[in-house]
Amino acid sequence: MVQKLRLLKESPSQTAGPYVHIGTNPNWVEITGVWQEDLGLVLVDPETKGERIIIKGRVFDGAGDPLKDALIEIWQADAEGLYNSPQEKRGKADPHFVGWGRQPADGMTGEYRFETIKPGRAPYKDGRLMAPHITVWIVARGINTGLHTRMYFSDEEAANAKCPVLARIAHKARVPTLVATRAEENGLPTYTFDIHIQGEKETVFFDI
Amino acid sequence: MSDQGSFYQRDRSWHPLAFTPSYKTSVLRSPQHPLLSLENTISELTGPVFGHDKLGPLDNDLLRNFAKTGDPIGQRIVVYGRVLDENARPVPGALLEFWQANAGGRYRHKKETYLAAIDPNFGGCGRVITDEEGRYWFRTIKPGAYPWPNGVNDWRPAHIHFSVFGHAFAQRLITQMYFEGDPMIWQDPIVATIPDKSAIEQLVAALDRQNTLPMDALAYKFDIVLRGRRSTMFENHMEGN
Ligand SMILES: [Fe+2]
Repeated sequence: MVQKLRLLKESPSQTAGPYVHIGTNPNWVEITGVWQEDLGLVLVDPETKGERIIIKGRVFDGAGDPLKDALIEIWQADAEGLYNSPQEKRGKADPHFVGWGRQPADGMTGEYRFETIKPGRAPYKDGRLMAPHITVWIVARGINTGLHTRMYFSDEEAANAKCPVLARIAHKARVPTLVATRAEENGLPTYTFDIHIQGEKETVFFDI
Repeated sequence: MSDQGSFYQRDRSWHPLAFTPSYKTSVLRSPQHPLLSLENTISELTGPVFGHDKLGPLDNDLLRNFAKTGDPIGQRIVVYGRVLDENARPVPGALLEFWQANAGGRYRHKKETYLAAIDPNFGGCGRVITDEEGRYWFRTIKPGAYPWPNGVNDWRPAHIHFSVFGHAFAQRLITQMYFEGDPMIWQDPIVATIPDKSAIEQLVAALDRQNTLPMDALAYKFDIVLRGRRSTMFENHMEGN
């Protein structure tokens, strides 16, 4: 016998199932009066610093059909690249920006949509700057463990080219799966980020 | 403090695989490329904080938080436990969200078509934030088993879904809790996505007769373990080249 190392194992994941919204967005599925508002719908207030942007897209399965039951969470830095978290030791993030959002995919079209701000750059472990990005986490029926990916910005070509995380992707042809395309819609910069769970355009997912 | 290191790599042999054909929906919803291993950066080491001010007084009381005319039908239970990390340290301030079917196995959801009755006094959702020692508890009714379209006659065992936020986005987890002694656990294609029997047993809450509320409710103990962090002692030595 030897001394025991770590004491516990992480609880294994299980699918969020088709009714995840009962627990995360009860008002959205018409379970009203239990709590005031579903968490994560609003990211910005009038005093939040940074460029207002819209992020939208759909999550596609291996047959090319959009998931209509997916739940999407995002986690991002503020306009200066600081995270609003006690684990952030580099400085104090914008108090008007939590940086976390959560939206259900539309039940008819499968589209998700966030109103947020464009994040600043944060450093990689070795101090080099990563390109601006948003962490994206997807759960749904049929997904046994939540999928982690990142969204980058099409108008950050120079930063993307030097991002140490994007550089880790061996198949360069897959890098564009992480880059959202910028366009103007209703006067707001709008980034479209479609996620493909499998198939030719499969998005790069991370084991973080 | 060791709270600053990166997280132990997720043990993918302990978690379900993505592609599990006996759970048919996973077939088209599983990535086929290997996941790209990424050393934790600040983006994964940080995570949102949820204050107690976000919660209402009945959020952890599913017996009362939707009730209209009286208590919901079903076996009254208390579910309690701790959120710990792999180093067995408590995780205070963790937001838990949970959802479940009613005593007849029926969810309150517009897309649910199972013929079991809706309970007018049961919504099926709740949430709680762990205290300084990582403890939580809530009151509910024991959910029923229900049939679901997979095979022609597949049934889910009684279960409660849990969503957990730790201190970092790397710890984000969704899982399910099962009930001690339920024979349905071992015939469920979703449970069976977990390859290791002892991993499955980690999701089975223990009936706790000592903490049963006399003349009121049974108690089930369910501890949740989130990923643990490396000691910074190692990280500093490894990086300081
Ligand atoms: Fe369920």
